[in-house]
Amino acid sequence: MTIWTDIIILGLVLTNFRLLATSRLGAVIQTTIFQAIALSALILALAGKPLPVRLILLSLITLTVKGVILPWLLKRAMREIDVRRDIMPIVGYSASVLIGIVLLGLSFLIFMPLNEAIKSESVFLLPAALFTILTGLMMIISRKKALTQIVGYLVMENGVYCFGAALAVYEPMLVEMGVLLDVFVAVFVMGITIYQISREFDHIDTDRLSELKD
Amino acid sequence: MNILISILHILLALILSPLLFGVINRTKARFAGRKGQPLLQSYYDLIKLLRKGSVYSTTTTWVFRLGPVAGLGAALLCIMIIPSGGISGLFSFSGDFILMIYLMGVARFLTVTAAMDTGSAFEGMGASRELQFSVIAEIVLLLGMSVLAIGTGETGISRIYADVWGSDVSLLGPVIFIVAFAFMIVLLTENSRIPVDDPNTHLELTMIHEVMVLDHGGIDLAFIEYGASLKLWIFCELMTGIAIPLRTGQPFYDIPINVIGIFIVAVLVGIIESSMARLKLLNVPQLLITALSLTVAALFWLLRGIL
Amino acid sequence: MIISVFLIPFILGILVFITPWKGARRGLLFAGALLHMAMTAILGVFRMGTYQAGDWVGLDSQGLLFLAITTVLFFIVVLYTIGYLFRDSDIHVMDSVEGFLFRNEPETAFISCLLFFLSTMSLVCISRHMGLLWVAVEATTLVSAPLIKFHRHHRSLEATWKYLLICSVGIAIALLGNYFLAFAGHDLAHMNIDTLIDNAGHLNRTWLKAAFCMLLVGYGTKMGLAPMHTWLPDAHSEAPSMVSALLSGALLNCAFLGILRVHSILTAAEMAAFSGELLVFFGMLSMAFAAVFMIRQNDYKRMLAYSSIEHMGIMALGAGVGGLAGTGAMLHAVNHSISKGMLFLISGQLLFIYGSKNIDDVRHILKTTPLAGLLWVSGFLAITGTPPFGMFLSEMTILKGIIDSGRWALAAGYLLILSVIFIAMARIIISMSFGIPENEKTAESFASGKKEPAWFRAPVLIMVSIILCLGFYIPGPLWAFLENAAVMMGGK
Repeated sequence: MTIWTDIIILGLVLTNFRLLATSRLGAVIQTTIFQAIALSALILALAGKPLPVRLILLSLITLTVKGVILPWLLKRAMREIDVRRDIMPIVGYSASVLIGIVLLGLSFLIFMPLNEAIKSESVFLLPAALFTILTGLMMIISRKKALTQIVGYLVMENGVYCFGAALAVYEPMLVEMGVLLDVFVAVFVMGITIYQISREFDHIDTDRLSELKD
Repeated sequence: MNILISILHILLALILSPLLFGVINRTKARFAGRKGQPLLQSYYDLIKLLRKGSVYSTTTTWVFRLGPVAGLGAALLCIMIIPSGGISGLFSFSGDFILMIYLMGVARFLTVTAAMDTGSAFEGMGASRELQFSVIAEIVLLLGMSVLAIGTGETGISRIYADVWGSDVSLLGPVIFIVAFAFMIVLLTENSRIPVDDPNTHLELTMIHEVMVLDHGGIDLAFIEYGASLKLWIFCELMTGIAIPLRTGQPFYDIPINVIGIFIVAVLVGIIESSMARLKLLNVPQLLITALSLTVAALFWLLRGIL
Repeated sequence: MIISVFLIPFILGILVFITPWKGARRGLLFAGALLHMAMTAILGVFRMGTYQAGDWVGLDSQGLLFLAITTVLFFIVVLYTIGYLFRDSDIHVMDSVEGFLFRNEPETAFISCLLFFLSTMSLVCISRHMGLLWVAVEATTLVSAPLIKFHRHHRSLEATWKYLLICSVGIAIALLGNYFLAFAGHDLAHMNIDTLIDNAGHLNRTWLKAAFCMLLVGYGTKMGLAPMHTWLPDAHSEAPSMVSALLSGALLNCAFLGILRVHSILTAAEMAAFSGELLVFFGMLSMAFAAVFMIRQNDYKRMLAYSSIEHMGIMALGAGVGGLAGTGAMLHAVNHSISKGMLFLISGQLLFIYGSKNIDDVRHILKTTPLAGLLWVSGFLAITGTPPFGMFLSEMTILKGIIDSGRWALAAGYLLILSVIFIAMARIIISMSFGIPENEKTAESFASGKKEPAWFRAPVLIMVSIILCLGFYIPGPLWAFLENAAVMMGGK
């Protein structure tokens, strides 16, 4: 099982690089679908041989929420607001990928001493999870369109979920809570606010939402 | 016995490398629905060029004449280092892949100085573009080789390639494909193929590598073309070594398998060239940095067991 | 029984959605506030909150304190809100900054969200399970977003967007902290607070430290600790004033409760020094940020928002130092909620009467609207810790606690920042209260003769009397109760 876990986690790391490098919103949303597939497979790969029904259910729910519902909502928002590409972010794309490399190294460095407490199968799980969180944060900070920032938030969520995946075998409830968070974000932030922002401002460039300041 | 086989491999490389260009061009032509050039066209071109004389501009010096010679010399030395099919090259020692990379770097440096020696701003433009991409490509190549070195625990390229699919696949396993992908991107960059550079372009402002060789003619151009084909052979060899895991252990079978693998890689290059358009110039560093990030990810992946 | 403090407002909130009559909705709001306050009083008096390890909800001293603050503040604010809704509900309102006309969101959503807000905040106070606490804090974020967006214009939309995004990031980090907490108790995998405290010695120390950092940053974002405070000034200045009062007075406290829970776990694990130091650091940083940003402030609602950041910093500082300062922090929570609530309600009234959020346009309010002016000045004195108001006692207690623990540099910094904030606020308040009316705007309001309505006078008078009382005399039982609340985190 370990080799599959490793491959899935490596795939997760690669999707993060893809997110940092691209400017097309369609590609970004597609990459989140890949991440959802990786995460739901990860839960199953980490579980023991007799697969508990609860974990199978959790994996299916994750796949549905993160892989079907949220991307569908995002694509719908993309169509309604009629935005295809992100504009030039604060940090350029090549620079973002280079920063991503630094963040990956940082994640590995941080988790080296912490490893003995977690009886997880793969040594990579925690660094990859932290890297996903940092990628999501990077996207929130450096991208300018509100839709990309929301995707960044969802990626951050995926990273937190990845941490939870190590826990899921013992305490699946916490991970279920995390998926619940995703659903709430989908409903509120995307369903309501994005449309209202686009209608009110006629754009979703959040760097132009700068009227309130000191 | 091994030395004889290595010499055989070097002779095969020397003889068969211009055929690679023929294969690529034929593949592209087939994709375009044409019949295409004869497979041996490169040989005809080389023979034609060797019989011609050269015209040298008065602004150039000996540096200009050194460039093509250095390119060919470096390529020949590299041919003698690389392994094939699990059999080591003629010269193999610890750390020889670093020598190989630096040899290519020297060749590139001398080509660039030869280009700038003409005093034309146009060559300078080509030189700067070429170097911009080669900087990152070199790092990717070096890191990729380091990944393979750490993964197999060997330091000589011949030993590395002998061991890649041998020993510890689970350690190296998922990473080999990443390294292969990165090497492919480096191959396309170093040999000036689409999506980095269009070798058939005749619009001067779109040229990258062709600009630098624009002023050479006759024997110099023959050296440059032959050196380029040898370089392509070397990179295809690097790809084949990691991508095709067939090792029967008997050199009589391994060498032909290896040669066939090299030609398969050449066909693959032709397919890539036919199916993609050339990237915007500003996006090429992005492609290379993607390759860099992939190799770094692979490197971190490997280091986990060691740190 | 305890769960009723969550269920009563929640059910009433749902009822509001299906009630078609305007008066009935407002009545339900009032009823919800009254019932909730009564329930809290009953629970407090009879201490029905005995709980065991493994329970989901329970009421300990800390929870009861914050629940009491929330319910009292909510009740007073509801008195104001009903009058506000009578006045502002379905009309076009003139924007004070840019002068366009806008409408407000439908009243139904507003009232039901207020009730849901109360119920989720109560859930935060009564939960004994870290996961439930997290869900409740997340729910408060989602439920308060429509409240901030009550005015339908682009600035409030911008404020809501920032609020949602920043607080959601904070909540995600808090979830990560919860996961780390579960990692720390690897064989336990229990997230019940009492279980964690009882087994605190067996928890993995490194993961516990990491958990505290994440939870501090995550819940600190909702609490308004610098440098995660950036949503606070925008949200507070654009929301209607009663929502700002509730946010400052109740929501920030509840987020603080989350941090205090994990601080108690670390204290039980003999790591109070680590968490205390971090709390002190963030507390001082928040106070410093607030001081710097208040100096050149021109908008009195943003000034109040920065003052909230400052006071949250003081509370974090008190909790971090521990000992007597911990008790002071608990008293400070009470004082701050009431004083800040009063100030926000007055600011809402000033905005309506004078039609501007800018300090230069609002002048001489002591003469024009005497009650509002007098209470504005007394609120300023209260919030900056001047005797005879209650805040003075709590700030002194915290100071004494800091000096008792021998940290002179910290005490000096604390006093310095408090003085800077006093001067900055004084400049603003004095120029607003006294001074000759300078431009036509204020002259207009002289002529318009708008006065404060009765539904404004009653709540703020109640509030000012509370903080005056607390300034003069703190009853013994109350002090013991506060000490009890502080003992969980190493206070005394």
